[in-house]
Amino acid sequence: MTIIEWLLLGFLIVCAIAASMAKNLLNSVIIFMSYSLVMSVIWVLLRSPDLAITEAAVGAGVTSILFFLALRKVGQIHHEHEHESGSK
Amino acid sequence: MNEDLRIIWRNFFNWVMGNGARPENEEIIPEAPPDLPFTQKQESRNSRFHEQTLHERYSRWLEIHGLHLFSNVYSGMSVLICVVIVLLLLATVAELPKFGSENNPANNEVMERYIISGGEETGAQNIVSGMILDYRAFDTFGESAVLFTAAVSVLMLLAASRRDSKNSGERLHKFTKDDSILRGVALISIPAIVFLGCIVILNGHLTPGGGFSGGAILSAALILAANAYGFESVHKFFSERKFVIMSSAALMIYALSKGWSFFTGANDFESHIPKGELGNIFSAGLILPLNICVGLIVAGTLYGFYALFSEEEI
Repeated sequence: MTIIEWLLLGFLIVCAIAASMAKNLLNSVIIFMSYSLVMSVIWVLLRSPDLAITEAAVGAGVTSILFFLALRKVGQIHHEHEHESGSK
Repeated sequence: MNEDLRIIWRNFFNWVMGNGARPENEEIIPEAPPDLPFTQKQESRNSRFHEQTLHERYSRWLEIHGLHLFSNVYSGMSVLICVVIVLLLLATVAELPKFGSENNPANNEVMERYIISGGEETGAQNIVSGMILDYRAFDTFGESAVLFTAAVSVLMLLAASRRDSKNSGERLHKFTKDDSILRGVALISIPAIVFLGCIVILNGHLTPGGGFSGGAILSAALILAANAYGFESVHKFFSERKFVIMSSAALMIYALSKGWSFFTGANDFESHIPKGELGNIFSAGLILPLNICVGLIVAGTLYGFYALFSEEEI
């Protein structure tokens, strides 16, 4: 275990607690994204690069986009006026 | 006696359904049949009255103290259950064998076989691909089928509301905003993302990655394109009909080719599919086409989820 792995693992735990403690659901999803990103780095350090690719694509990418979509559907993310930005 | 039980049951049922205190419930309760003796009828009325007052007292007490008590008990119990589960899981982790040690149960003859003769038997340089698409190909077939079934279920679930929105003739979210920053970023990054996804899929048997991760990357590119240029522009080359045809065809190709390979002798020994040279792109027999099939299914399904949930239309 090098020092960088300890740092990443500590960041992972902080992210996990912060994601469940965050009052704002949007912040929670963004923290969850960073959790997935750090997790994919840890997968590389654990020598499983295929899992790292999948974690980065699914965990930090597609899952978070689906979360944003769900937040928009339940009205946690608001649009600017009537313009549909479609980006969130 | 039977009548009493019925009344108690009806009160309990009304209490569960949340309409116990309404006056019309009194009318619903049927009177005792007239051929019963007078005393029994009186008794049942008394017991009904008793039930009613108990119920009223209980509901009044519930209004004053119930919510407070419930929230206290609820938070206490949830913290307790969480702590117990965390302690149980940590105790289990402590019992696990040390990470990477020699005597782990994972280091058995199966792993030896995969590592020593995996490249020779499957023709794949990437042992993981050789495992999931050759030795355990039916497993991966099940995963792809689950994804496809999920997408089809969402399509069916949203069919009703889609029919309603079709009547109004407009898409739900008309894409009007011209976001130049997003379009510029998308113009640069979409080709790179598509390129990376194709490389991950096509080199699945040589380098880390494969159908699932490559398909997820491709779907990310599709979602980015839909956000930057609108769903209409993606719809031009990837419609719902194309999605269904592509996914079904990929699943059928996977099932038929792998089924044939299993039918003619499992480990590709007698299936007459050339393995090619280890390390070439056209090697590893069926793994390359199977990777492409899985990638197409995953890309279509993940993009389909996004499009269905945001526009209710692929």
